[in-house]
Amino acid sequence: METQKFIIRQISIFSEKRPGRLAAIAHALGEENINILAFSISEANGFGVVRALVDHPEKAHDKLLSLGFNVAFTEVIAVKMKDHPGGLYEVAKILGDTGINIEYSYAYSGRDGAVLILRVDQVEDAIKKIKNTGATLLERSVFH
Amino acid sequence: MVCWDPRIEEMPKEELQRMQYKLLKSLVYRLYSFSPFHHDRMKEQKVHPDDIRELADVKKLPFMFKRDLRDGYPDKIFTASQDELVRYHVSSGTTGKPTVVGYTQNDIDLWTTSLARALTSAGLGRGDVIQVSYGYGLFTGGLGMHYGAERIGATVLPTSVGNTERQIELMQDLGSTAIACTPSYLLHMGEVAEKMGVSIKKDTKLRTGILGAEPWTEGMRNRMQDWLGIKAYDIFGTSELSGPMFTECTEQKGFHIWSDIALTEIIDPRTEEPVAPGEKGELTVTILKKEALPMIRYRIGDITSMDDSPCACGRTHPRVQRITGRVDDMLVRVELNRESFSDKITDIMAIRQKIEHRLRNSLNVMAEVELVEPGSLPRFEGKSKKVIDKRSM
Repeated sequence: METQKFIIRQISIFSEKRPGRLAAIAHALGEENINILAFSISEANGFGVVRALVDHPEKAHDKLLSLGFNVAFTEVIAVKMKDHPGGLYEVAKILGDTGINIEYSYAYSGRDGAVLILRVDQVEDAIKKIKNTGATLLERSVFH
Repeated sequence: MVCWDPRIEEMPKEELQRMQYKLLKSLVYRLYSFSPFHHDRMKEQKVHPDDIRELADVKKLPFMFKRDLRDGYPDKIFTASQDELVRYHVSSGTTGKPTVVGYTQNDIDLWTTSLARALTSAGLGRGDVIQVSYGYGLFTGGLGMHYGAERIGATVLPTSVGNTERQIELMQDLGSTAIACTPSYLLHMGEVAEKMGVSIKKDTKLRTGILGAEPWTEGMRNRMQDWLGIKAYDIFGTSELSGPMFTECTEQKGFHIWSDIALTEIIDPRTEEPVAPGEKGELTVTILKKEALPMIRYRIGDITSMDDSPCACGRTHPRVQRITGRVDDMLVRVELNRESFSDKITDIMAIRQKIEHRLRNSLNVMAEVELVEPGSLPRFEGKSKKVIDKRSM
């Protein structure tokens, strides 16, 4: 199975715990005409990590790097959910049943339904397992 | 109010200060004559016992630091010979080499008296069952508290630390009314009790906690008091001064420092001059009657303030406020470089912990590390500004 096309490049940005950091990131991306499709902020005692799916990850990475941010690419996958009650359960059950461990996750609900973005340990293995259950994985081309 | 020794504890301030002056004067003469260590240091400082003409002259004397005890390991600066000692305690040395404290019989008695007054001021006495859950052994907490509790006629339950379930059973079966331990151990005990289906508040007679040997906050106090149904008192002391010696009274507004035992000063650690009354500074303690290991102007490193106003409990001895910080606390900002950044939060936290450990091991100070973005630390003229002192005294 072709797993590569389901691997999506997320950008992760280290942020100090200080007001205005998100604004600085968002402003930089806006200037470069980069669209943010989904994002999340995780905070740990004293610092945070901003994670985002954008339409031009390379451009976003280079721009943020030039501004002095700590940026890294991370591989994530996106599972389509039904945008109605019980939608998350269907997907979560599949992940549980197939023994996929989630490192972190966030979701968005857009025009074409709801999407669950997942960071997992064994990405290729997870893709195979999810595909085998018949669930829909979104291809990278949907995002960038 | 019940006092252990009302004559001393309610003595007018002027009388107490006269007593302190006499004790200080005789201590200084004794050390100048009999202790090579103190003699040499006084000479170095160009101060002679004759120069101590009033209590405030204490500031002419040289300071002592923990390093003096470490350098004197094990007993080089003792002023009693081994056959005069009845006990040793040894500090654990978590922040450096261990230090040894020796005690004559009078030293043990003085320490015990100090605690007897303190425990009485916290409302304990005959009829109480005091569970001593500080460690017994080289650490001063267990044995010190044990002697103090026995002296006031309470019944001691010497459980030491550990075996928590058994401690809770004994607390119920023998009706402990008070516990002496670290605040974190009491919190742990409360959690274990709940797992056993025991509510310390409802199912035990516990009503007093004498808690110390580690820093804790008013927030923790409120939480423990509500949750466990006790009054939680802070206790202060360090092995170099003898061990735990002073507690809060039932007013819970600072530790009464018995003036006939200890002379306290609050100084500005930079200028080494006394701060204005009520201001925060570094606590400096002289034990006026110690025999085996006299401590003069000992700088423990704790930041606090002193309140000399009359206490509602009626005791005239000044109160040192709960310790709010250490002179050696540091906040270290470290730029996280690109190579070290991964998307994994646990990785970043591990980096921070590693830096904290390294700093602690090499500098012997507790340091809190804050990770910042690359390039965000101020740089002046191409050099980084290495230390920014933001301590508020």
